[in-house]
Amino acid sequence: MRRGRDRLIAIVWPVALGTLSGALLLLVLLPIAGLLFTSSPGQLLRGLRDPLVAPAIRLTIATTLASLALIVVCGTPLAWLIARGRGRAWRFLETVIQLPVVLPPAVAGVALLLAFGRRGLLGPELAVFGIGLPFSSAAVVLAQSFVAAPFYVQAAVAAFRRLDPDLLLVARTLSAAWPRVFFTVALPLSWPALAGGAALSWARALGEFGATLMFAGNLTGRTQTLPLTIYTALESDLQTAQSLSIILVAVAFALLVAIRAGGRR
Amino acid sequence: MRGLDVDIGGKVGKIGEQNGGLAIELAFSVSADAPLLLVGPNGAGKTTALMMILGALAPARGRIRLDGAALFDRDRAVDVPVERRRIGFVPQRYALFPHLDVLGNVAYGVRVRSRAERERRAREALAELDVLALAARRTAELSGGEMQRVALARALASRPRALLLDEPLAALDVSVRRDTRRFLADRLRALAIPTVLVTHDLADAEALAGDVAVIEAGAIAQRGRLTDLVAQPRTEFVRQFVAGRAP
Repeated sequence: MRRGRDRLIAIVWPVALGTLSGALLLLVLLPIAGLLFTSSPGQLLRGLRDPLVAPAIRLTIATTLASLALIVVCGTPLAWLIARGRGRAWRFLETVIQLPVVLPPAVAGVALLLAFGRRGLLGPELAVFGIGLPFSSAAVVLAQSFVAAPFYVQAAVAAFRRLDPDLLLVARTLSAAWPRVFFTVALPLSWPALAGGAALSWARALGEFGATLMFAGNLTGRTQTLPLTIYTALESDLQTAQSLSIILVAVAFALLVAIRAGGRR
Repeated sequence: MRGLDVDIGGKVGKIGEQNGGLAIELAFSVSADAPLLLVGPNGAGKTTALMMILGALAPARGRIRLDGAALFDRDRAVDVPVERRRIGFVPQRYALFPHLDVLGNVAYGVRVRSRAERERRAREALAELDVLALAARRTAELSGGEMQRVALARALASRPRALLLDEPLAALDVSVRRDTRRFLADRLRALAIPTVLVTHDLADAEALAGDVAVIEAGAIAQRGRLTDLVAQPRTEFVRQFVAGRAP
């Protein structure tokens, strides 16, 4: 009796584990395979000749790099403050800054419009200076920064929290004021984690779609980044959409490998 | 008025934090002639006292003076920041900067513009402690005893006016501890700056030939030479703490 049950478990358990894992793996891998193997290299190259492609690549590189710069330059000090902050207000702030991660992109788009749009919170003030953010490349940068910043800030906060407090204190006893402690001890020691966070952030900015579409629109050369180009091309030329998708998959995969390699060090 | 004068008190931190809610009441002076050893059980407030002298924690009341100048004075709202107190510090696990080599560590606190001069003074400090040969090494390659000397060299290269050491020997193997203890005793005598040492090992007190202050629950239960503490303990706690030590 016992023996029979043992044998049953020995068969059913591995089969169950394998089937369920396999189903999820297929769900992830099949679409990637579809992207890679349904067109010949020649067709894919032809897809890249679409007039929408070149401006989209230029715009995507420019806006994501601008977003990354904004996120790193402002996010590093913010992360430092949160990591060193004591008390409930800082913990609350840490939660708030993570909000865009779980926010639906459509909601992010509406929120950005209601903040920076012509009839938004800052609309009248911006109009005074002749600044109309929506449907500009600047709007693309804002949308990307909004959704991508939490990834960098979170990584930086964790890195700064891991610093041995004795290192910072000893630096101060050696006459280093806070700015010097930050630049000569905290930053060099946190550098690998900050780079990993920046890479994640950049990957997220590269893929930004929903918030950009709603807040910045879909204007070729101005706000049409690669994900928006894919969306647009889908209606006319599936080949172009496929070619661009493969480029984004390759970049995303390279970033993922780099981040994991960096994390192991 | 030469030396370090401490008279501080009040509650520390919040309940739940390390040592949170501990009430401190500490008054002592240290001259340049002999180190003061703070001994006592864990949680008695020894490290907290060091943090307050360094300026990393602010006492709720009192004064800290070094060579007559106020570093901290609650009543006069004086609180000199850590980086301007010029108190050398060697923490328990030495806290060498892992991204700098040994020379870079020791040169970090040398306050001169010229890089060549900074490194010359760092080498000098390393030579003083017989570890000049380690100058180009990475800190991760050092043994415990070497780390301790480098950390001490780093503190001294900045020419501090007082020196604080937190359990300087606790991280060392028993085999090197005795030699290091003797070495430390020699150096501290030669230095002649006010030095406070936190330890839980009374063997340190015997070797370093300074006063011992037994701390119990945030206050000094008794201060004196170790032999006197053994011969005439003022409280039961002190008697038990120094029990078994040769008079």
